[in-house]
Amino acid sequence: MKKLMLSLAVNGQVYDVAAFPHRTLLEVLRDDIGLTGTKRGCDDGDCGACTVLLDGLPVTSCLVLAVDAVEKTITTIEGLATAGQLHPMQQAFIEHGALQCGFCTPGLIVTAKQLLEEKPDSSDEEIRAGLAGNLCRCTGYVQILAAVAACRDGQLAGQTEAP
Amino acid sequence: MKSFELYDATTVEEAVGLLDQHGPTSKVVAGGTDLVTGIMKDWVQGPGMPYPDVLIDLTTISEINRIAVEDGALRIGAATPLADIAESAEVQAGWPVLSSAAHSVASPLIRNFGTLGGNLNQRPRCWFLRGEHFPCYKKGGDFCFAVTGNNRMHAIIGGELCYIVHPSDTAVALLALGAATTIAGPAGRREVAFDEYFVGPREDVLRENILQHNEVMVDVKVPQPAAGARMAWIKLKDRQVYDFALTSVAVVASVENGVWQDGRIVLGGVAPTPWRATMVEQALAGKDVQSAVRSASALIRNEARPLSLNAYKVDIAIGLTERAVLQAMAA
Ligand SMILES: Cc1cc2nc3c(=O)[nH]c(=O)nc-3n(C[C@H](O)[C@H](O)[C@H](O)COP(=O)(O)OP(=O)(O)OC[C@H]3O[C@@H](n4cnc5c(N)ncnc54)[C@H](O)[C@@H]3O)c2cc1C
Ligand code: SF4
Ligand code: FES
Ligand code: FES
Repeated sequence: MKKLMLSLAVNGQVYDVAAFPHRTLLEVLRDDIGLTGTKRGCDDGDCGACTVLLDGLPVTSCLVLAVDAVEKTITTIEGLATAGQLHPMQQAFIEHGALQCGFCTPGLIVTAKQLLEEKPDSSDEEIRAGLAGNLCRCTGYVQILAAVAACRDGQLAGQTEAP
Repeated sequence: MKSFELYDATTVEEAVGLLDQHGPTSKVVAGGTDLVTGIMKDWVQGPGMPYPDVLIDLTTISEINRIAVEDGALRIGAATPLADIAESAEVQAGWPVLSSAAHSVASPLIRNFGTLGGNLNQRPRCWFLRGEHFPCYKKGGDFCFAVTGNNRMHAIIGGELCYIVHPSDTAVALLALGAATTIAGPAGRREVAFDEYFVGPREDVLRENILQHNEVMVDVKVPQPAAGARMAWIKLKDRQVYDFALTSVAVVASVENGVWQDGRIVLGGVAPTPWRATMVEQALAGKDVQSAVRSASALIRNEARPLSLNAYKVDIAIGLTERAVLQAMAA
């Protein structure tokens, strides 16, 4: 068993990481590359806190081996804001108070962003189905669904500068 | 998790060769959602379930990641992600019971990379099996913890020694559709109907299907349904958002003027294999479905041997069967 050199393209930056083949993408993102925005909840595929976009599709990164993410593009929550501006989905979550503890938020935001990019006129029902894998223990989902719907409907007050 | 050697196979035959060469501690891996991050991460092992040290990646084989319709039959490569099957317009149009079953597996985040072959060949979810500290029959031990422990999710039919329920939703739909699978091994390829694929604990407690250690599932072939065939899929779960089936039912049937001609009714979540309710099919044959379905479905009670905490599933299986048959009639 030896470490492999993995080139991982995360948020437009390629990282060369030496890792054993059994390391998950979640572990390598958080522990090796230091991108801790992606959260570890259950580590079992149940909660969606670890969601990232792999070649544009939302996946539970705790179930993906890092070696399987080589030669693919990876987008984490850190990759959403551009030029100091929050992504509209991030803005929508702030305006609608769509979080309490915030642990589910990075996963929900990347899933919701992809959902609306794939189908900008997603119905409320399609939004609920698309977010089915992202669990939230705090909010009861009402504000989350309102935030995503507001983003879909272009009803955001204004951009906030990214920190 | 212990580490392992990883090979990227580029052909099915290469994967078979690597399995043959490395022996029983080598396994093929597709999405890895069950094998790596379920079984291996949780240290699920025993004399009958050796911990893998060599994994052979199948997602690098393009031949087995595709959906095609050939002469009216559907062919799906084993490494095709479940989301592609659920969303395929061709599958929705011709085999809606399969797209519904694929759509009901896990969450969208898992369907995006969990594959059909992995879904059909995943290991059971019995919580004792999945616990590191329960050396049960299925791991090669000498006890079934479900008999004396919490067995509310376990089998009500066909258990003996071991009371797992088969975890795969797509298996239930494929059995109802009369599908077959191509298997590749050292001696070449062969086709096996799903009727012959799954194995219960009476036959061999260490396995859930006939696949040998050095064999790979290549694809699944689903025949063209009879003209006017009606289909239905119902899955009941503890949590509405997504979960394994408490019980599921797939129906594929030919009905004329309300009379049952021919068809299959298959239940998931009740037995160690997807379970075909032949006694219900026979009781419906030649009968007016609306009037016969209740008494026909009730025949399931005679087959059931529930454990201490899961008799509730008998009522669910009967009610869900009746409902699925009526849903197919309305389809
Ligand atoms: C949170 C969660 C919820 C889930 N809910 C459901 C559910 O509701 N319904 C359901 O049906 N499933 C459910 N599953 C199981 C899930 O569907 C499977 O984990 C997934 O489909 C497996 O696909 P995979 O490609 O990741 O398989 P892998 O983990 O790569 O493989 C699983 C097994 O199949 C074998 N295998 C894979 N491909 C082949 C092949 N071509 N030939 C021979 N052997 C092969 C592997 O060796 C391994 O033993 C759930 C899983 C999780 C983590
Ligand atoms: S039901 Fe089967 S898998 Fe579960 S404890 Fe009993 S023998 Fe093991
Ligand atoms: S941490 Fe990956 S799904 Fe919960
Ligand atoms: S805000 Fe706490 S889990 Fe969603």
